[in-house]
Amino acid sequence: MDFRLSEDQEALKQGIRSFCEGRISIDQLRELESKPGAFDRALWGEIAEMGIFGLRLPEDRGGVELNVADAVLVFEELGRAIAPGPLIWTHLAAGLVEGADLGDTVVGGLDMTGPSTELIMLEHLESIDTLLLLKPDGIERIDPKAIDATPVEIPLDPFTPVHHAKSLPAGERIADAETAKEWRLVGTALASAQLLGIAESTLEAATDYAKKREQFGRIIGSFQAIKHILADCFVRQEAARAAAYAAGATLDYPEVGNVERAVSAAKVVAGDAAMKNARASIQVHGGMGYTWEVPAHYFLKRVWVLENVFGTIDEHSDQLAELVGATA
Amino acid sequence: MDLRYSKSDEEFRVELRGWLEQEVPKHGVSPDQNDWEGRVEYDTSWQRKLFDAGFAGINWPKEFGGREASVSEQLVYYEEYARARAPYVGVNFVGLLHGGPTLMVEGSDEQRAAHIPKIIRGEEVWCQGFSEPTAGSDLAALKTRAERDGDDYVVNGHKIWTSYAQVSQFCELLVRTDPDAKKHGGISWLVMPMDLPGIEIRPLPTLQGDSDFSEVFLEDVRVPIANRVGKENDGWRVTNVTLRFERGTAFASEMYRLQERLAQLKQVAKSITRWDASAWEDKALRREVGHFQAELDSLWSMVKLSVAQSGETGVPGLGASAVKLYYTELTQKVLEVYMRVIGRAALARVTIDDLPNEEVLDKALNSLSLSIAAGSSQIQRNIISERILGFPKDR
Ligand SMILES: Cc1cc2nc3c(=O)[nH]c(=O)nc-3n(C[C@H](O)[C@H](O)[C@H](O)COP(=O)(O)OP(=O)(O)OC[C@H]3O[C@@H](n4cnc5c(N)ncnc54)[C@H](O)[C@@H]3O)c2cc1C
Repeated sequence: MDFRLSEDQEALKQGIRSFCEGRISIDQLRELESKPGAFDRALWGEIAEMGIFGLRLPEDRGGVELNVADAVLVFEELGRAIAPGPLIWTHLAAGLVEGADLGDTVVGGLDMTGPSTELIMLEHLESIDTLLLLKPDGIERIDPKAIDATPVEIPLDPFTPVHHAKSLPAGERIADAETAKEWRLVGTALASAQLLGIAESTLEAATDYAKKREQFGRIIGSFQAIKHILADCFVRQEAARAAAYAAGATLDYPEVGNVERAVSAAKVVAGDAAMKNARASIQVHGGMGYTWEVPAHYFLKRVWVLENVFGTIDEHSDQLAELVGATA
Repeated sequence: MDLRYSKSDEEFRVELRGWLEQEVPKHGVSPDQNDWEGRVEYDTSWQRKLFDAGFAGINWPKEFGGREASVSEQLVYYEEYARARAPYVGVNFVGLLHGGPTLMVEGSDEQRAAHIPKIIRGEEVWCQGFSEPTAGSDLAALKTRAERDGDDYVVNGHKIWTSYAQVSQFCELLVRTDPDAKKHGGISWLVMPMDLPGIEIRPLPTLQGDSDFSEVFLEDVRVPIANRVGKENDGWRVTNVTLRFERGTAFASEMYRLQERLAQLKQVAKSITRWDASAWEDKALRREVGHFQAELDSLWSMVKLSVAQSGETGVPGLGASAVKLYYTELTQKVLEVYMRVIGRAALARVTIDDLPNEEVLDKALNSLSLSIAAGSSQIQRNIISERILGFPKDR
């Protein structure tokens, strides 16, 4: 056992980070904000070229043949940058939906394994080519154009447009219950990874600002009230890191623990960390934090989106309560 | 990012588990908190058994009698130790977890030879004479003076909160050897035999009702200069080595044991009736307990990362502060909820109706010290914000 990142993993993470800094910077996101669907197919193609969708496919099928733990690192970086689009769904669909791995088919999805399936809110509907429904008994495919849905005029997250539908047409079954279960677990781990990334980048932004902004003749980062808020953010970030990495490592080798438990723990702890750190970042930015111009709000809005995918903190806590006392 | 234990790790687990299953019940229950003679015997004879079986000093180098276990074997050890409810390190805490390790890194050959073999066999009990009435969090403000006279330092001063002082043979003592130097510059780290003339120990009752710590008054105590660890006036650096060990993996087994405590909380909640259902039927409680489980699992994963990182240098890194803060707050939260579950049984510190109230209250009261001792939570936040995030120091 060595829980640290291998050299290859460090390099993979660094590669994705450089890509995000070059192609998904805040300024570039701002340009995207005004585009229809807040979506850029060219960028999607570049993400595909980075191997992000085909990451876990076997090499003989054009993939990179990496593990879930590696995908966690990749999605941590995508989360840091609040990279937009149905990244997790397209990644999951690679190998099952033709063209998903190459970025030719943009795949969106809806997780219907949770407790509230009545209200149908669909993300990125106008940008996707295929919609997948994740149900307890399997995965179904729907043509997005066949759905009678109303666009939501003002979505919470400017980069996550949503449609509201009253009902969904019948879908075509493309995978069984076992695959659905696997997707749900991996999807939860990758959403946790994105939340971890947000916990990191919000702490970083707040730390940078607190080192520059002066009041009372000194930087606000010299006030203990500010330092301690950010120290707590750091602790939450490290807990989220440990939890998200453990979820990936457990999915790869289930014999090391309990997969459900590791994945739920990651969603809870990374979700908490992202939520609290994103709020703290706004607070530390003061009035600037309440503006549209400072990007702090984008991160919190994305956290609220991610809290509502692949099970909420409360749902996962309830599930974990059942597992308390079972051997890990 | 590999969590798999190797075949030899698992062999070690089987071996250790078998030994613990046999020896832990034989060792009996720990004596009353105020029965010092019994406690010392209980704690030190257990240490001796560990040593004889080859399970002492799990992360200590072989040359010092340790097992020099790999990082993954250390984790197996902490897990199995907690699972078996093996005796708490108790009076051996200071010697085993930071006094001995400091000597390994900073001590002379003579000092190592004199103490380390005895510490690891449970033959020497140590205490820590760092804090003073006017130097707590601001440890470097300590005033206890040591003046050279021939081959000795003559020490005068007043230490406080010294755990296990009344049963210790040696003390890791911080003194001021240069009163004119800047605060951090005039400190030295000494090994003080506790039987020297001029040492007076006055036990202080804790809020637990025991007297685990004491005040120690030092009047013209002659400590040989040869007992200094590190150079004269370089004691602050040595102190930081000690503190890092104290904040490192010293609590690892306790952390793992929290898992078991949460499982026990669930069992107790199921057995207690509230109105006409069990307390476990309360959805709010279940949700809170499930949330704790997520945090506990993350804590253990944090330890796995932190042990792997410190495995290289042998000295725990700064990240230990994050682990300590997370552990401290989580322990306090879990025990507070546990107290809510046992309800009015919490009014009694002796067992009522087979409830675990005695143990829960002991732990809940003890948990109050976690955010004060070994660097308060506020000090840990200073460390993280200044040394990791790079903010300016407090004045
Ligand atoms: C159970 C127990 C066992 C102990 N055993 C030992 C032992 O064996 N040997 C030994 O030497 N010591 C021991 N200690 C002492 C321990 O190290 C000190 O209590 C601790 O360092 C705090 O010092 P203090 O008690 O003087 O509190 P203070 O330093 O006076 O702190 C009081 C409060 O002020 C806060 N505070 C202080 N400075 C700052 C700051 N810069 N910023 C923000 N907040 C601040 C603290 O966090 C705390 O909440 C023990 C303590 C306990 C509780």
